[in-house]
Amino acid sequence: MSSPGSSDKRVEVRAPMSGVFYRRPAPDQPPYVEVGDFVKKRQVLALLETMKVFQKIRAPVEGTVVEIAAENEVPLKDNDLMFVIETP
Amino acid sequence: MFSKILVANRGEIAVRVLRACRELGIRTVAIYSEADEHCLHVRLADEAVCVGPAVSTKSYLNIDSILDAAKRTGAQAIHPGYGYLAERGDFAKACEADGLVFIGPTPENLELAGDKLVAKKTVHAAGVPVIPSSPTGIDTPQEAERIAQQIGYPVIIKASAGGGGRGIRICRDSQSLLEEFPVAKMEAKAAFGNDEVYIEKLIQEPRHIEFQILVDRFGNAVHLGERECTIQRRYQKLIEESPSPRLTPKMRRSMGEAAISAARAARYFNAGTVEFLVDGEGRFYFLEINARIQVEHPVTELVTGVDLVKEQIRLACGYPLDPALEELQLRGWAIECRINAEDPDRNFLPSPGTVEQYRPPGGFGIRLDTHLYQGYELPIYYDSLVAKLLAHDRTREGAIRIMRRALEEFTISPLKTTIPLHLRILQDPDFLQGRFTTDFIKKFYPDEEEEED
Repeated sequence: MSSPGSSDKRVEVRAPMSGVFYRRPAPDQPPYVEVGDFVKKRQVLALLETMKVFQKIRAPVEGTVVEIAAENEVPLKDNDLMFVIETP
Repeated sequence: MFSKILVANRGEIAVRVLRACRELGIRTVAIYSEADEHCLHVRLADEAVCVGPAVSTKSYLNIDSILDAAKRTGAQAIHPGYGYLAERGDFAKACEADGLVFIGPTPENLELAGDKLVAKKTVHAAGVPVIPSSPTGIDTPQEAERIAQQIGYPVIIKASAGGGGRGIRICRDSQSLLEEFPVAKMEAKAAFGNDEVYIEKLIQEPRHIEFQILVDRFGNAVHLGERECTIQRRYQKLIEESPSPRLTPKMRRSMGEAAISAARAARYFNAGTVEFLVDGEGRFYFLEINARIQVEHPVTELVTGVDLVKEQIRLACGYPLDPALEELQLRGWAIECRINAEDPDRNFLPSPGTVEQYRPPGGFGIRLDTHLYQGYELPIYYDSLVAKLLAHDRTREGAIRIMRRALEEFTISPLKTTIPLHLRILQDPDFLQGRFTTDFIKKFYPDEEEEED
């Protein structure tokens, strides 16, 4: 997916296990992040619910969210792509 | 007796209830979500109805859809299992309104049990000991000090809106109480949006011990002995046993009587559990009433020989208690290990997937309640409890030996489970001597935080 000739680094964030993907902390609240947002390292990007346990999905690096590959409230498999972050 | 029962649950407890119905000659209806078509309970029932999508709120908690399934299949009664709709007064009422029998306590019982403060007041009025606390919220450090002197140090300051162990401060004397009080209030405000706090006596070296009760429509009540449930992690029980190594015959008698008084004061009906905390000096305090069949009910079944689910069904049908239950002698020792699909080496993260190799244990003294089978794929949507392994023998030591042997035989590959943790606990010298309190598990996970960030 990396664009040739670009000095930016694209970092993929993948599901650590299967689970339901949530972009919002609660149904009546705004999403954690949108495409174009700049995120800090360890900032929460989404929640993954597996067998009633919620895991916070955190940004592995600082950078800009360039892609949100998973849809809200949809089940993901282990290692499915969730986000792409471009580091400065 | 009923001719057809709908079981409004899934997994091991649905299997458990379906088996009891079959033995009673009652036809059964299972319900399932779109993710559970291949779950064992669907295969064991006479009929099965899909009640909605995978997400529990749209299926196993979908009252309209479940009642509709009951009406369409001609079921006369609904067994709710535990969790889901088991303690929902509105569901019990909706069943009644539709002419269906809810196999469990009355809607009023469910409401009372759900309101811990009212339940505490009700049983206290009947002479059952409760944890001494301030009657209401407290506003000033001076008032806090006055009440702490009445109930005796150490005390804890608790946020009225808190829960799950959060927002708690321990004070061992009046100086620390005066210092901590304003901080606790500010913290409560910040964490829960409500600065009301109250004071409760700190129970030292607590153990969690509960009594199984049965009450018929005519007000006859019995208890079936206790269950020791002290081995927990984050308020989730891991190992239960009956009897409790902590109780003397005298303590058992007075706690059993208190459990029955609590049931009578609450005008309780059907099967239930009265939970107590027991402190280091053997004093006991009422905690709450669990108005359902509990996960750990089989340990009581093994030492009493009574099938609690069948008793629930008979009582719901209006039968009186069998007088023979009054004369029950507890027989031997039973232990239960909860097998969860969780990785104890990775902070108990869930471990979903397909069971590729399944080899259940058996032999003398073993009971296994599970919905697992070879090739079963664990859905990601539901609880991680996959099996309850029970051992029964004449002595505690014998039951522990059987349990260890059975845990070693048990293969659920490639899932990560709590089996290795159970094996460690069953070799721990304090566990073997029956000496433990509710923070026992910290010995194995000393660095674990109470709550995640």
